[in-house]
Amino acid sequence: MIKIKAKDVDVFYGKKQALFNITLDIEENQVTALIGPSGCGKSTFLRCLNRMNDVIDICSVKGEILINDFNINDKSCDVVRLREKIGMVFQKPNPFPKTLYENVSYGPTIHGMAQSKQEMDEIVETSLKKAALWEEVKDRLHEPGTGLSGGQQQRLCIARAISVRPEVILMDEPCSALDPIATAQIEELIDELKKEHTIIIVTHSMAQAARVSQNTGFFHLGQLIEHGSTDKIFKNPDNKKTQDYITGRFG
Amino acid sequence: MNLILFTFIVLLGFTSYYFGRKKAYTIQSTKKRLTALPQFYGYYLAIWCAIPAFIIFSLWAIFEPTIVKLLILSDYSNQGYLDDELNLLYEKSKALSRGQFTGEITPFIEASAEKYLSLRSIAQSSKVVIVLSAIIASVAYAYKRISSNSRTREPVEKFLNAVLFTASLAAILTTVGIVFSLIFQTIDFFKVIPLFDFVFGTHWYPAKAFVRDSSEALDPTMYSDTFGAVPIFAGTFFIAFIAMCVAIPIGLMSGIYLAEYASTKVRQYAKPLIEILAGIPTVVYGFFAALTVGPFLKELGTSMGLEVSAESALAAGGVMGIMIIPFISSLSDDVITSVPQSLRDGSYAMGATKSETIKRVIFPAALPGIVGSILLGVSRAIGETMIVVMASGLAANLTLNPLESTSTITAQIVVILIGDQAFGDPKTQAAFALGMSLFLVTLCLNIVALRVVKKYREKYE
Repeated sequence: MIKIKAKDVDVFYGKKQALFNITLDIEENQVTALIGPSGCGKSTFLRCLNRMNDVIDICSVKGEILINDFNINDKSCDVVRLREKIGMVFQKPNPFPKTLYENVSYGPTIHGMAQSKQEMDEIVETSLKKAALWEEVKDRLHEPGTGLSGGQQQRLCIARAISVRPEVILMDEPCSALDPIATAQIEELIDELKKEHTIIIVTHSMAQAARVSQNTGFFHLGQLIEHGSTDKIFKNPDNKKTQDYITGRFG
Repeated sequence: MNLILFTFIVLLGFTSYYFGRKKAYTIQSTKKRLTALPQFYGYYLAIWCAIPAFIIFSLWAIFEPTIVKLLILSDYSNQGYLDDELNLLYEKSKALSRGQFTGEITPFIEASAEKYLSLRSIAQSSKVVIVLSAIIASVAYAYKRISSNSRTREPVEKFLNAVLFTASLAAILTTVGIVFSLIFQTIDFFKVIPLFDFVFGTHWYPAKAFVRDSSEALDPTMYSDTFGAVPIFAGTFFIAFIAMCVAIPIGLMSGIYLAEYASTKVRQYAKPLIEILAGIPTVVYGFFAALTVGPFLKELGTSMGLEVSAESALAAGGVMGIMIIPFISSLSDDVITSVPQSLRDGSYAMGATKSETIKRVIFPAALPGIVGSILLGVSRAIGETMIVVMASGLAANLTLNPLESTSTITAQIVVILIGDQAFGDPKTQAAFALGMSLFLVTLCLNIVALRVVKKYREKYE
């Protein structure tokens, strides 16, 4: 089933065009990897999906992005509700300078999801469990989130993102600041999370894309060169550029 | 004379730099590798020129007057003069030698004056000779020692280290010196006025302590109920409180606006404009408060049936608050801007609005810096003088009514020290005691500020 449909998306930074005519379908409850050399526009595309580009003054987005058949670039779209449905995890772990508990309860508080302290405790616990962090931190929920290790911080950010039960999770190179062991933990987690969420992950590591994703899109110089099932892209790509990139001849 | 000598030494310094470098180049041209860049050899020689000159100059400045005085007064020994009379004689002959003496000229003094002049000129010329020969000797010695493998980088770096250390030491010593000068006068003050009366007394009326005729004996009882500092401490904190009530909300809100809401263009113009407020001399704020705000408040109050004094704590505190706005807004703007963008992104991505993000994420993260800026503002408010002197009157009323006039520590120091004053008089010494208390208060405030900032920093980083 198709969760997100992007149709002819163009993105401009001031006068410079960063994305050209991107048309891409994203499958529900699967992991879609976006790969490509630095500066190819894959992160920019990711940020279009929860309208994070609104934060950048000079950035403008054209085209249609349909999520559950609703165009999020439409004026009637409520960005707060949109971002509740579409969570995001960033390249560098960015826990708030608050306690672990406050970090996870941030989203539910803003969206008024818990009626009582008990409900909130439950949300925090389930989110941390889903992020495979609960066992490590259950005794120090009221210590600062910034005191955790890099990998733990990133899992905390994932817990924060899933605390509002989003339908889609966007991940922007979530493992690039982590060591191999923490990376393996996050990848395992991604595999677990796709049961309940649709995941789109931007990554520099082709091995990671091959390991975690079912579908892959290859971006180059602001254009979507090729997309399809990960198996096909990695074993038998249609486009020569994709082949060159996959085999490490450029990028 | 000293100026010419000094210029000459500076020129010598440049010359030795030039010669040192030149010698280094000569060594280099023989294909030997130097241990440092040629400039270092130049600096090395210049230092060898500066150090002996500096040492001899300072020794001279310390010992010359004492030796000259000893030599002159040796003429008067065995004649049964007292120390005070000898000092007077010496000062008289010094004045005569400068042609500034107006009293009766005795042959004795005239002789001393002539001797003084001749001693001075001997001292002067021997100084020139000694300084120059010392410099030439030391530079020549160092010049000879320069070879391809002599170490010049380390001594030059050490010298720079020493110069920078001296500079910071000067600042610290000045502070220590000021504190000491305050301490002794303060102790003298508390010998006459009991500490208890000063700290807990509720009447501050220094005008009662007219400058005393120094021939009269000091009678402590006449100062009872004169130097009770409670009203002016209360006034100080009260006016500072009013000022902060104006400055904190406006300053913080404009800081948040500049950092989070204003577009780059607005910020580019608005920030310097707000900072202009900080450049206005306080005396201008003072007459703004005294001539515009004060009378306006009085009229406004009268029309509402309130009794408002033309010189009120509200006028002074309010205007002081306006003066402090730029400190708080500009500093908190800097602090908020330096909160990493990744935190904002994280919050927006959770669906938080701008105000939620500011309230829940940015403000807590920036809190240590914001507290710092507020405390800086508080110390400005406590130390501010001119606005209070001009707009809040000089009578130290003990009141918590912002519509009445009240006075502060700094304003009272002004009151005490303008006009006639005598050293050793309790009225003058009271100024030192006030200065000391003010210093202690600001010191405590700074310590608290550091603690608070440190505490939050531990929590958030």
